[in-house]
Amino acid sequence: MAAGADSGSVAEAKAALERVGYLADESAALVAYLAQALGKPVLVEGPAGVGKTELAKAISRATDRTLIRLQCYEGLDEAKALYEWNYRKQLLRIQATAGDPSPATPERIRAAPGSPVADAPSEDVAGDSWEDIFAEDFLLTRPLLEAIASTEPVVLLIDEIDKTDQEFEAMLLEVLSDFQISIPELGVIEARTHPIVVLTSNNSRELTEALKRRCLYLWLDYPEVEREMAIVRLHAPELDQRLARRLVEVIHMVRQLDLKKPPSIAESIDWARALLLLGADDIDASVFERTMSIIVKHRSDIDLVAERVGVQLGAQQGLGAEAKG
Amino acid sequence: MASGNLPQGLAPRVVAFCEELRGEGVAVGTAEILDAFAALEAVPWTNPADFREALAATIAKSQEDRRVFELLFERFFFRAAEAEALEREIREDRRYDGGEQLDLDQLREAIRQAIAQGNDGEMRDAARLAIAAFGRRGEGSGVVGVDVQRIRRTLGLQASGRAIEADEPTLEREQVQTFERHLRRELERALIERTEKMPPSRPLAELDRALPTSPTQDLAAVHRAVAQLKRRLATLGHEQRGRKRAATVDMRRTMRASLETGGVPLRLRYRPRRPRRPEIYVLCDVSTSVTSASVFFLSVLHALHDSFRKLRSFVFIERISEITEVFERERDFRAISEQISREGGVADVSGYTDYGRVWLEFFDEISEDLDPRSTVIVLGDARTNGREPHAEVFARVAERAGRTFWLNPEPRLYWNYGDSVMAAYERHCTAAFECWTTKHLEDFVNVVAGGVPAAE
Repeated sequence: MAAGADSGSVAEAKAALERVGYLADESAALVAYLAQALGKPVLVEGPAGVGKTELAKAISRATDRTLIRLQCYEGLDEAKALYEWNYRKQLLRIQATAGDPSPATPERIRAAPGSPVADAPSEDVAGDSWEDIFAEDFLLTRPLLEAIASTEPVVLLIDEIDKTDQEFEAMLLEVLSDFQISIPELGVIEARTHPIVVLTSNNSRELTEALKRRCLYLWLDYPEVEREMAIVRLHAPELDQRLARRLVEVIHMVRQLDLKKPPSIAESIDWARALLLLGADDIDASVFERTMSIIVKHRSDIDLVAERVGVQLGAQQGLGAEAKG
Repeated sequence: MASGNLPQGLAPRVVAFCEELRGEGVAVGTAEILDAFAALEAVPWTNPADFREALAATIAKSQEDRRVFELLFERFFFRAAEAEALEREIREDRRYDGGEQLDLDQLREAIRQAIAQGNDGEMRDAARLAIAAFGRRGEGSGVVGVDVQRIRRTLGLQASGRAIEADEPTLEREQVQTFERHLRRELERALIERTEKMPPSRPLAELDRALPTSPTQDLAAVHRAVAQLKRRLATLGHEQRGRKRAATVDMRRTMRASLETGGVPLRLRYRPRRPRRPEIYVLCDVSTSVTSASVFFLSVLHALHDSFRKLRSFVFIERISEITEVFERERDFRAISEQISREGGVADVSGYTDYGRVWLEFFDEISEDLDPRSTVIVLGDARTNGREPHAEVFARVAERAGRTFWLNPEPRLYWNYGDSVMAAYERHCTAAFECWTTKHLEDFVNVVAGGVPAAE
């Protein structure tokens, strides 16, 4: 089952992820490894912006597999996720067959499309074309079918599964446990290779037990100071070590507050880059005030952060009087 | 089946551990246990971190479950190891090297370093040193929890920001907690060895889910509790949504379906219906008798804001006042309560609740807007302080609104005792609930969201 580039132990999995620029913690590395070793889907939950989607991308890079992504949203249905019959093409085929006088039963086929007297179009109305139009040529593959039918091993990312409704989850079960899709007109399509499946959820609603049972579970949280520092420095290598620590410490301070949207890792990285651009060599109250909008994005949050963290920074630096001016 | 390279004793232990998890309400199915074994085959289970993570990934499938898992894991395998040691009569040589020579200051410094480095093994050694030194001073109380706190105080360990001496490096709160865990564990180990029997296993007391009781309590905790509720609500909405009585034709699906009939759309396909999002009016008693509960409820209902189409909040003591805007503007609860007390103008003179007057005012102000789709929720203890309850006005409010609920923060047992006139109001309500734990609240939220009323 394992493809050539798959890793053989937890440590190797971790190293492989690190090579492609993803600093996984112990549990993430272990789950990534188990996903390959056991061939089970992984459900990743956690707050927004802790690198859930990034983990899937990193796995795909580390294992050299193509990433197929299904972005979920409210109202996503099987036609968008699994497959859809290309009905325009099918209609054209029916009409083309109808216009063609050569088939053995021309009058019956001619009666088929749009004829009001076509009382209950029976099997033989469509005749041969019935067989034709439900062939693979007329099938539009959507991400799930694509992942299953792919001849190369892939990584399938089902992003923000909590945005869909429960019916959709139920539909996923067949794919997730047996790696197959049943199409009534064609039969069962089974996976040729074993895809690594990663589902992410922002935890906005409880997922069904059935879905959870089929998955390994990984809770990704904001990283500790050391690891986040490593991540920031990985993405903004020019950033000074001392400044990076300071930045991450401030971010952690901000996360302690009860905010509508706490700053994510991506925002720490953005902030680091912004500081580099500004040429700041320390985070004092005035720098913080100017660049705060990069890490907090709600008006009420900004007020709160400015009040708590800004003041604290000012006091720490002994710049209280200046900063207020 | 799965015990290929696992040692014999392990499988029953893991199953027993899962049993215990079930006892704490974590849904562990057979499928999960099988997965756990498969995972243990694949990872080196001899590494404690890997062992733990492999079990966690396969067994604990939500954040809440994971928390229970962590708590139980520690306890279960610690107990298992100790029980085994007792059985085989293994005793540790209780002489800790160096413990005698160190004076308290040196010890404090050594422990501080161990904690700051955050290495598990060193922290454990440090914990033992501390216990040994502490024991020599003859201050052990024999009660584990008490001893942990005493040792901590003696060592002057404080979470970051409040170091006793300013020049000492501060410690992260988590690190201190980890050290405390080690302390507790080593003390328990010593206790077990001394008494040669296992202490009785208790269910996890930390998991009791009661309402936050103090208004000054960490509001983040409230928001977390609400986040949980919100998730449940979101799920519930989906369950309610049927395709049955839908009204709008879904063109794409209709066209696809029409192919079976040769392109004639004989069967129409419909779009699913949106869930019902009721208009909600919340009236909340903020007099002193129910303060803690009301602060919590208001925050809950506001956090649920986007689950409902429209939510308007009022507070009352002697008079009523609308505070919807305050909540939309503010998030910090201290600011909110200040603002309410400043602008609300709900207390006139006495500061005692006057339900009768509140109904009259509410009816005057709002009766126009009430329609059968609206829901009125009252939070209060229905204690009128001997004033006229005006139940007939309340009845008219209830009549105009589609549904009326009453949440009483007192246990049902106390209703109608003293000056409580709950019965007079309850008659007109769709339902009245006692509401003093999150469980009660959850039941109630289910009802409001259109779910099946939970069986009493």
